[in-house]
Amino acid sequence: MLGKLDWSAIPFDQPIPLGAALIVFIAGLGVLGWITVKGYWPYLWHDWITSVDHKRIGVMYIVLAMLMLLRGFVDAIMMRTQQLLAIHGPGYLPPEHFDQIFSAHGTIMIFFASMPFMIGLMNFVVPLQLGIRDVAFPTLNSVSFWLTATGALLVNISLVVGEFARTGWLPYAPLSELAYSPGVGVDYYLWAIQISGVGTLLTGVNLVTTILKMRAPGMGYLRMPMFCWTSLASNLLIVAAFPILTATLAMLTLDRYLGFHFFTNEAGGNQMMFVNLIWAWGHPEVYILVLPAFGVFSEIFSTFSSKPLFGYRSMVAATMFICLVSFMVWLHHFFTMGAGANVNTAFGIATSVIAVGTGVKIYNWLFTMYGGRVRFETPMLWALGFVTTFTIGGMTGVLLAVPPADYVLHNSLFLVAHFHNVIISGVLFGAFAGFTFWFPKAFGFRLYEGWGKAAFWLTLLGFILVFAPLYAVGLEGMTRRLQHIEVDAWVPWIVIAASGIAVMLVGAACQIAQLFLSIRDRDQLRDDTGDPWDGRSLEWSTPSPPPPFNFAHQPHVENEEPYWSMKQRVIDGQDPRTDRHYEPIDMPKNTPTGFVTAFFATVIGFALIWHIWWLSILGFLGAYATFVVFAWRDQAEIVIPAEEVERIDCDRTAAQMAWLRRGEQVR
Amino acid sequence: MTDKTAPSDASTDTRDAAPGEETIARNEPAAGVPGYLLGYGLAILLTAGSFVAARTGLIYQPAVISALVVLALAQIGVHLVFFLHLTTGPDNTNNILALAFGVLIVALIVLGSVWIMDHLDQNMPPMKPQQLALLARCPAERLPGGVGDGPCGA
Repeated sequence: MLGKLDWSAIPFDQPIPLGAALIVFIAGLGVLGWITVKGYWPYLWHDWITSVDHKRIGVMYIVLAMLMLLRGFVDAIMMRTQQLLAIHGPGYLPPEHFDQIFSAHGTIMIFFASMPFMIGLMNFVVPLQLGIRDVAFPTLNSVSFWLTATGALLVNISLVVGEFARTGWLPYAPLSELAYSPGVGVDYYLWAIQISGVGTLLTGVNLVTTILKMRAPGMGYLRMPMFCWTSLASNLLIVAAFPILTATLAMLTLDRYLGFHFFTNEAGGNQMMFVNLIWAWGHPEVYILVLPAFGVFSEIFSTFSSKPLFGYRSMVAATMFICLVSFMVWLHHFFTMGAGANVNTAFGIATSVIAVGTGVKIYNWLFTMYGGRVRFETPMLWALGFVTTFTIGGMTGVLLAVPPADYVLHNSLFLVAHFHNVIISGVLFGAFAGFTFWFPKAFGFRLYEGWGKAAFWLTLLGFILVFAPLYAVGLEGMTRRLQHIEVDAWVPWIVIAASGIAVMLVGAACQIAQLFLSIRDRDQLRDDTGDPWDGRSLEWSTPSPPPPFNFAHQPHVENEEPYWSMKQRVIDGQDPRTDRHYEPIDMPKNTPTGFVTAFFATVIGFALIWHIWWLSILGFLGAYATFVVFAWRDQAEIVIPAEEVERIDCDRTAAQMAWLRRGEQVR
Repeated sequence: MTDKTAPSDASTDTRDAAPGEETIARNEPAAGVPGYLLGYGLAILLTAGSFVAARTGLIYQPAVISALVVLALAQIGVHLVFFLHLTTGPDNTNNILALAFGVLIVALIVLGSVWIMDHLDQNMPPMKPQQLALLARCPAERLPGGVGDGPCGA
């Protein structure tokens, strides 16, 4: 009846996961109770859960990402404290639990923190920057988000019901095969990633279509803001790379569920093919994460230096170069697996070459600041922290790209330090920079600068304190994923790294305090102009928060920085409003399709993990019924009347004109 | 999503249309039902051709594989032209670029994987009979690094 599921799946004998689960459960109940008492359910349901508005979906992606970032951060704290406490001793995490922690940390940070954060930013910003009213497929967008949330939910269910994978964030065969991982841990991983992977792939299709087909009139490819370019590259990579992940994990699933032998030891299986295929996806994935962050930094360097981006065309070329070459370097993740010198040399050189594209970008950012009036506000601080630390991470990457050096360094903490160095300073700093930069646009009030600056400096300091020692101890020969430590020479470095994570914790607390206090004092921090940073691209021409239709009239784009030139024209005394005639606007209607689909996807995933076959069949039937109901709906759009459009647009113009006049007097 | 002010004709970009869009059918060699029927006929012919090539002695035996590859490529071409409506017209630039990108990525992954796996195969040949015999005499738990005390036979 319930497949493999019984009471032994609940870890009653392990106080740590049980306690953590209890806290999460009580906190979750508290939040749900608070929503019920306050009567927020109808608002949540109509305005958020069923929303197909790209801005709201973007915000929900980022909320999910921040929750998962905290969860992944807790895992990181546990790993660092375990290594601190397990010097010549057992520590507090037994090996089988420690293995789950580092697997969950990697899985959650990549798939459920970084990916949703970047996709959330792209979802929110790209249509606004392109001057359009929504993405190409709004309902699909909602489905994508809720499928990603399903994956995150399944990973977190594994905390209480059963176990998570002990195989690392990429479940290398044959360790992940049934013979060596008989539990449900790898199954949790497989179904969570497969379901959220479908969501990611759909997002890729959606955003590529949006950027290629739906730009505002006049916005040629070479007038798109840099963030749109990097989003295009990133989503092209999603479309090209995620099918490889899906196929590879599907083969592993067939091995585990139906006795196939793709990656097993016996019967002609080849586990090296798993490593080869997973990294053919895995390396483009790195650039899927970091390219949107590069776009965020490009916008920020230009805005806070009050200058156009230096070398726009070389930046476009570098982005597309990285997009292509990222598919030619995947072997550098397994130089030591036994390929000959020819193969290793070719991929080593390709890896060094890809750094050239990134180098071009670094110089463009530096020259953007050169001669500009640089304002050191929080987003700019994150960008400056990025450009300094990322360069170091990039250089250690070039070291690792040399195959003989990699033979010494692979699987050491030097490698761990390298990829955290680039992912934290690239993706995480990019996410925080984008978050502070576009937060006033999304909600109509700013975040406290002081708390933001404190969070930045503490995070930067903590980050250096954690990972600089890991470089050193990695060179001394400490391998990754050690549950306990027996070498005294490593101890000082481990202690410094543990102190660093404490500093990062304070940084995270500042970040939470900033968000909480800014929401509390939102009336003082209100921004009426829609343009708090003196922005240059079209998203700043809308009111904050933007109305559901984004733009009352479709903007006509005449150059690379449409809003900047619009402002210049007003300062020169021209009236920006060329069109005072308003028309009703059709917008896509909200639908619970995404949420219901994800509900059934969760049921299917959970049932397949525990081999509850009848439940998975029910889930499939439910999902299919949802699709049929959606396909047969009569009315797909609602109309926003012209008077409403006019009212919103006049308010915006009045506020902006007042602000511009003030600016004129100052000048 | 559509702007009521924009007339539907003006919004159709003839240089950049979706595959199979009715408005661009005039650029295709064979449009509408006759086009689909022609494509269907060609596809069946090519499928039958591969069976003939493989199951009869019509073709010189060592050349059968090459013949099948050629027929398969032709089959891809027929599908692209008649069913996915790919043309060389200016309205299809995006679609051609997307196809080129896809072909390039697939080629990189497939050829790269074959190259890598071939190397691994060369560098890690199967064990010689003597090695296998040694392994058979020495159970796994007594190998170095296993549960046992020392190297096998010690």
